[in-house]
Amino acid sequence: MARKHPEPVQDVKKRRDAALSALVGGVPYIQFLGIRFDRRGDELTALLPFDEKLIGNPFLPAIHGGVTAAFLEVSAIIELSWSLLWEDIESGAISLEDLQAGTLPRLPKTIDFTVDYMRSGLPRDAYARARVTRSGRRYASVQVEAWQDNHDRPFAHGAAHFLMPRRESE
Amino acid sequence: MSERKAQFAKQFINAIPHAGALGMELTQIGDGKAEISMPYDPKLVGDPKTGVIHGGAVSALMDTCCGAAVMSHPDAPAGTATIDLRIDYMRPATPGHSIRTQAECHHITRSVAFVRAVALDEDDDNPVAMATGTFTVEGR
Repeated sequence: MARKHPEPVQDVKKRRDAALSALVGGVPYIQFLGIRFDRRGDELTALLPFDEKLIGNPFLPAIHGGVTAAFLEVSAIIELSWSLLWEDIESGAISLEDLQAGTLPRLPKTIDFTVDYMRSGLPRDAYARARVTRSGRRYASVQVEAWQDNHDRPFAHGAAHFLMPRRESE
Repeated sequence: MSERKAQFAKQFINAIPHAGALGMELTQIGDGKAEISMPYDPKLVGDPKTGVIHGGAVSALMDTCCGAAVMSHPDAPAGTATIDLRIDYMRPATPGHSIRTQAECHHITRSVAFVRAVALDEDDDNPVAMATGTFTVEGR
C-alpha cells in the first residue's frame, strides 16, 4: 500500500493556529489581561506584555500578585485544554470550520490553585510555560512556571488541579 | 470603621492600578480584617458560554483582600508581599452578581502573617471560593 502523502505544512499550521485562537480568543478575561500564546509545534509559551493596569504596588513598581496568579492559571488551563484537543486537531476530528466558528468541546474546570511567589514581578513582559503532570479520566494536575528576563530565575510558580469535562459517552 | 482608617483604606485601593482596573471597592478594614467587593463585568468572563467570571480574577481579588487584611493588623508595621496563596474553587460565581471577599489575618509573627479568606456572591451560605495564604511582614 502506498504511503499517504503528507499534508501540506500550511494546512497543518492553519488548523493548529485556528484551534489555538479558538481556545484563547474567545475568553474575555485573557484578552483583558493581554495574554497571548506563542506556539512551536505542540509547545506553548504564554506571553504577558507589560501594561500599567497590571501594577499592584505603584511604589516599587511591581506586577500585582493577583495578576501573576491569573497569568499562571490561564497558562495552566490553556496548556491542559490544548493537550486534550491536540489529538482531535491532528486527526481532523474537530474540523477547521468548527474551529474558525469558535466551536470547542467542553473544557476542564479549576478545582484548586496554589501559587508561590519567589520574586516580585518587574514592570516588564512575563512568560510562562505549563506542564501537565497527570491527565486522568476525571482529574488532572498541572505545574506552571513564570519568568521575565531570565528563564533560570522564575518569579513565580504554580500547581493546579482540574476537573476533566465529562465525555459524551458518559 | 473610623474616619481615618476608612480614608487610609480608600487610598490603599485607589493607589493600586490593577485593583482599579478590576473595579474593586474596599468596604471594610481594620484589626487584621478586610472586605472587598468586585462588580460583575463582562470583560472578566472566563467562560463565554456561561458568563462565569474567570478564576484568575477571583485570585486577584483574594490576593488584594488578604494583603489588605495583613496591612490592617495592629502588629504589622508596614507593607506586605504574598509568599504563597492557595485557592479552592468550590463553585462557579453566579453571573451578573458582584463577588465579595472577606479576609482575616488570624496569626502574625515577626516575619510571617497567616491569612484565610472567603469569596461570596449573593448566596452567603455557599462560598464561591476559599483561600489560605502566608504573607511577609515588612519593615521590622
